[in-house]
Amino acid sequence: MTTLLSIRNLRTEFATRDGVLPAVGDVSFDLERGEVLGLVGESGSGKSVTGFSILGLIDPPGRIAGGSILFNGEELVGIGPERMRALRGRRIAMIFQDPMMTLNPVLSIETQMVETVLAHENTSHAAARDRSIAALARVGIASPAERLAQYPHQFSGGMRQRVAIAIALLHSPDLIIADEPTTALDVTVQGQILYEMQKLVRESGTALVWITHDLAVVAGLADRIAVMYAGRIVELGDADAVLEAPRHPYTRGLLDSVPAATAPGQRLRQISGSTPSLLKLAPGCAFRERCSRAAAACSAMPELDDRDGRRVRCHFPLIEAVV
Amino acid sequence: MSAVTASVEPVETPWRRFAAQFAESRIAMLGLVMLAVVIGVAVLAPVIAPQNPYDLAKLDLLDARMQPGEKGMSGMTFWLGTDGQGRDMLSAILYGLRVSLMVGVLSGVIALTIGSVVGVLAAYLGGRFEQFVMRVVDIQLGFPAILVALILLAVLGKGVDKIIIALVTVQWAYYARTARSAALVERNKEYIEAARSLGLSGVRIVLRHLLPNSLPPLIVVGTVQIAHAIALEATLSFLGLGLPPTEPSLGLLIANGYDYLMSGKYWISLYPGIALLLTILAINLVGDQLRDVLNPRLSR
Repeated sequence: MTTLLSIRNLRTEFATRDGVLPAVGDVSFDLERGEVLGLVGESGSGKSVTGFSILGLIDPPGRIAGGSILFNGEELVGIGPERMRALRGRRIAMIFQDPMMTLNPVLSIETQMVETVLAHENTSHAAARDRSIAALARVGIASPAERLAQYPHQFSGGMRQRVAIAIALLHSPDLIIADEPTTALDVTVQGQILYEMQKLVRESGTALVWITHDLAVVAGLADRIAVMYAGRIVELGDADAVLEAPRHPYTRGLLDSVPAATAPGQRLRQISGSTPSLLKLAPGCAFRERCSRAAAACSAMPELDDRDGRRVRCHFPLIEAVV
Repeated sequence: MSAVTASVEPVETPWRRFAAQFAESRIAMLGLVMLAVVIGVAVLAPVIAPQNPYDLAKLDLLDARMQPGEKGMSGMTFWLGTDGQGRDMLSAILYGLRVSLMVGVLSGVIALTIGSVVGVLAAYLGGRFEQFVMRVVDIQLGFPAILVALILLAVLGKGVDKIIIALVTVQWAYYARTARSAALVERNKEYIEAARSLGLSGVRIVLRHLLPNSLPPLIVVGTVQIAHAIALEATLSFLGLGLPPTEPSLGLLIANGYDYLMSGKYWISLYPGIALLLTILAINLVGDQLRDVLNPRLSR
């Protein structure tokens, strides 16, 4: 497999009234072709901003302040708006969280799909329509030709998300960034969409960055998992390995706070404290205020150390004593 | 791939749903019928009017100031009386309605087009352009409409084109402000972000996505503003600054009858006044219901 996406030291800042907010402090990771990466973290950890940065959708007052994003060997940071627009939707597509909001309510599905095809390709309207019908059929929408003429309000939430996925798949992109696409859906629908998404990605060899706060979703889907905290990746490794034997105390805390990890009647083991404000981030490990293993060394920022394929940003990683 | 079963219902476009909701109010339907009648008689005026009020050769001064229902020298009945020049009031009102409606609708549509494009662009582009446009709007709205229109007409002179220019100048700012605020709300919705993530061009996003979704409040403002434009034109014509006397609008007809009011010849002013009132009432009734149907906060 070859590297599709290579992010190095990405830093995305937002200028606010109270100062510069580094939503993404320092993020580096690689993505192979056809690989599924789960980007996990709680609200405000910078996972969505990382996704938007890749697509160049950071608007003022936000800006990409540093680092590099190589996509197919092409530098995306500082790329011209026309070139970026040519990549968006064609080579990189995005699926958003709320399917109620991502489709334009006044345009029929046909109009929205056809315009996406025609935005990047010089084909006839009829050809674009055929492609749209095929894409709808691929995501499991029955009688796609009839459904094409309908408007978003005639679809249920799950169906709309299928339409959004169909639109993302129209140009068979190399990379899809999915920003919590199942969060707003019923659990049953969530399962279907997850299953189908996985199947579609495997069939077409599309790489997928799945942004979520839900570890259970990522467990069955991702090849690798990156855990983000306060704008940095704190742990990165194979999905099974990370979930079975987390090495960063924060990942451990996240897994422990899942209700299933606690016996019924017991208090949930939540992580004490709350996420630090990114505006007043003290130097050193951002998690140390909430960490039971914190020591004096933690006032210096730990590196994202690579140990046998696992990368952990911690001075005192949890490693099972294999003596 | 598991196929999801879904009942395929007949295509229900947003327009059909909108029409059904509009029809729920009887008074609004009455307004719509009234408006249709007003527009109908205005458009058909040359066909249905008993007389061509612009053709001075057809007028007979001996028919002047006839009471409603009297028969003239040529044997024709003046159902609404005649004015000082012996002009049949019914014909004059039909033609006057035509002029008033044309001026109101034309200036409304031009102002809507200019205002909404400028307003939506201001919201989409932001920055200096937005600042500049909105300050101009603020300054414009700081002056009374009638004052601005009076000054403009004093400079430009009389004529249908001049009064349309004056009305557009007075009104575009209302549309621009409404369009901007609607577009600001829409711009931050996810489907605009989604459209950008699909690589659609900026022009396309503004015209196909932002503008149509910002339209509902503009339609409401539009109906109210067209009624305003008609009233403003009538005011200006009444003051003698609007249209030339050769093409009398409703305002000018009312002004013509003003001299005779005290001498008991009420009909010269009254009937054009009623026509103006009914026109504006019909537009406002329709506009009110449009506002109720298109207001998301009142939707059921």
